Parts: sequence; C-alpha cells; structure tokens
Amino acid sequence: MSIVLALFVVCIIALIFGGILGWAAIRYKVEGDPLVDKINQVLPQTQCGQCGYPGCKPYAEAIANGDEINKCPPGGDDGVRTLADLLGRDYKPLDASHGEEGPKTVAYIREDECIGCTKCIQACPVDAILGAPKLMHTVIVDECTGCDLCVEPCPVDCIDMLPLKTATDNWVWPSPQEIIPVKMISD
Amino acid sequence: MSDYIFLLVATIFVNNFVLVKFLGLCPFMGVSSKVDTALGMSAATTFVLTLASGTSFIVNEFILEPLKIEYLRTISFILVIAVVVQFTEMVIHKTSPLLYQLLGIFLPLITTNCAVLGVALLNIQEAHSFVESLLYGFGAAIGFSLALVLFAGIRERLETSDIPVAFQGSSIALITAGLMSMAFMGFSGLV
Repeated sequence: MSIVLALFVVCIIALIFGGILGWAAIRYKVEGDPLVDKINQVLPQTQCGQCGYPGCKPYAEAIANGDEINKCPPGGDDGVRTLADLLGRDYKPLDASHGEEGPKTVAYIREDECIGCTKCIQACPVDAILGAPKLMHTVIVDECTGCDLCVEPCPVDCIDMLPLKTATDNWVWPSPQEIIPVKMISD
Repeated sequence: MSDYIFLLVATIFVNNFVLVKFLGLCPFMGVSSKVDTALGMSAATTFVLTLASGTSFIVNEFILEPLKIEYLRTISFILVIAVVVQFTEMVIHKTSPLLYQLLGIFLPLITTNCAVLGVALLNIQEAHSFVESLLYGFGAAIGFSLALVLFAGIRERLETSDIPVAFQGSSIALITAGLMSMAFMGFSGLV
C-alpha cells in the first residue's frame, strides 16, 4: 500500500512542480533570440525586401528558423559567406531569383519633375525621403540604403538610382579578386 | 539571537561545507581558475542554497512527514532543487538581464551541486526549524563562497609560479585544497 502512496505523492509533487515551471515559462518568457540579433547585424539593413520578407529583421528570423542564407543581394557574396561562417552552414552562391548584387547606389529625385505625390515617401522603408504633399521631395543621402523601392511607385519616373560616390567615409579596401584556394591535406 | 549567530559562524568556519565536510567539490575545482567566475558562482550558489533549504524544509514538514514517507526525501529534494533553480533562472532572465549575465551559466550547474542536496538533508538530520534551515543554508553558501574565492585567488597566483612538472595543473590545485582544508580544521572548537 505504501508503495502506491509513495508513487502517488511523487507524481503529484512532480505534476505541481511541472505546472509551476510551465506557467513560469509562459509568464517569464523572454522575447528575442540572440541568434536573430547576430544574423540581423550581418544583414545590410537596406530593408529592401528583395529576399521576400518585409525587412532585414524578419529575414534574420526566417534564417534562424532554417531559411536559405543566399537571398540577400545587397549583402552580396561576402554577406552570404559571413552568414555561412556564423551559422556553420555551407556557402551557396546568391540566388539570382532575388536579384543580383550591384554596386552601392543612392536614390536621387530630379526635383524639377517631382509633382509632390508622396508615393515614394510611403514606399521608403527607412524614412530617407523628405517632403510634403504638393511640395518637392528630396532624398537624405546619408539615410538612403539604395533599395530601389521608391523607383517603382513614382508616377512621373523622376527617381534615379545613382552609384554612390566614393568618399573618404565610405571607401573600403577592394576585396581580393579570387578566394585563396585552400588544399586540405590529410595527415 | 546569539544562537543564530553561532549557527552562522559554525557553518561558515567550523563546519565549512567544502573544506571540512567535503561537499560541493566539483564546482570548487571546476570554477575556481578565475576570481571573477568564482564570485559569480558564489553569488548564484548563495541564492540557490538559501532558497532550496527553505523550500525543502517546507516540502519535508508539510508533505513528507504527515504522510510518513520520509524515505522519499532524497528524490523529492532533488526535484525541489531542480525546480527552484530552473524557476530562478527564468525569473532572473526576465527581470534582470544584468544579473542573468552574471549568474546565467552557473545556475544550471548548481542543480547538480551536491552541497545543495547536502544542506537540505543535513537540515532534516539536525532537526532545524524553518529560520534555522534558512540560516544554515545561507551560512553554508557563505562558507562555500569564502572557500571558493580564496581558492580561486590562490590558483590565479599559482598560474604564474614555477611549479615542478609533476605537480602542474590539478595536482597542485588538489594539494592546495588539502592545505586549505587543514587550515580550516583549525577553526574546530571555535563554537
């Protein structure tokens, strides 16, 4: 009889404790995954949506949940390699269906043609376009990520994507033309 | 009141958990290579030990004794300790990211620290009251922290000293621990 009691009591205690832990897991749930933040830091933050997600953070979450890492053209080949290193996955060439890696560009509004429709302002994911209805708009160059999203909605096609001029603050060493071949020699 | 102070002094020095009772030796050897980590481990252990001795007292007093199933102490205390540690980790993670960063990795380690189970069982053996149990747990944790931090300090110095090859690494650490233990034996008879 006492063995039944013992089993019963331990089961009840375990159930109560399990319940407490289950409740605590929901009540004290911590938002955010450290991995998502790390992936998000690697992504170029253009918020261009070429990957099919509405921004870099959602794509970072999708990668953390197992999506492919080669859907980010603005991040380029280097971006894919960094992600592959970070996640321990195999490198894949950029998926061409999501666009190609191009030179860094910045939007330019031909101001005398702008009719002040605000459509590009609504399209801009990073609020880099300044303007008001029926008034001329202009691009804040420092904020623009070159994502192309404002080009499509413009009814008078007055937005150009100009290559970003190289200046002292955005010049980088050119990446090596070839990846150095590494031969694995077994011992 | 003086009883409580005696109890604290007795658990910290005279019956030091690590150096006299030889409980919790695993973290004592494992996380004592740096003073910083030793401090983190000490803080986490103090927290858990105090809480666990209180909760295991409650479980013993109100569940196991009335039902006359005291022989289930060990298994139910392990359960209690695991739950307390896990719960604490969750709450800290949510409420204080800073504290979580300090204690985070050490909390799960404490679940398997035999000092925690030892305190809970010794509390019952010595028929402590609730307050005494809490104090006993707290004192044991302070004693553990004292030994751990002192030992970590010594080990940091050992890193740079010239040790014969045969004694390098854990052997000199064990010898040091033995000498410290002998030094702590000197406290016996204090209370």
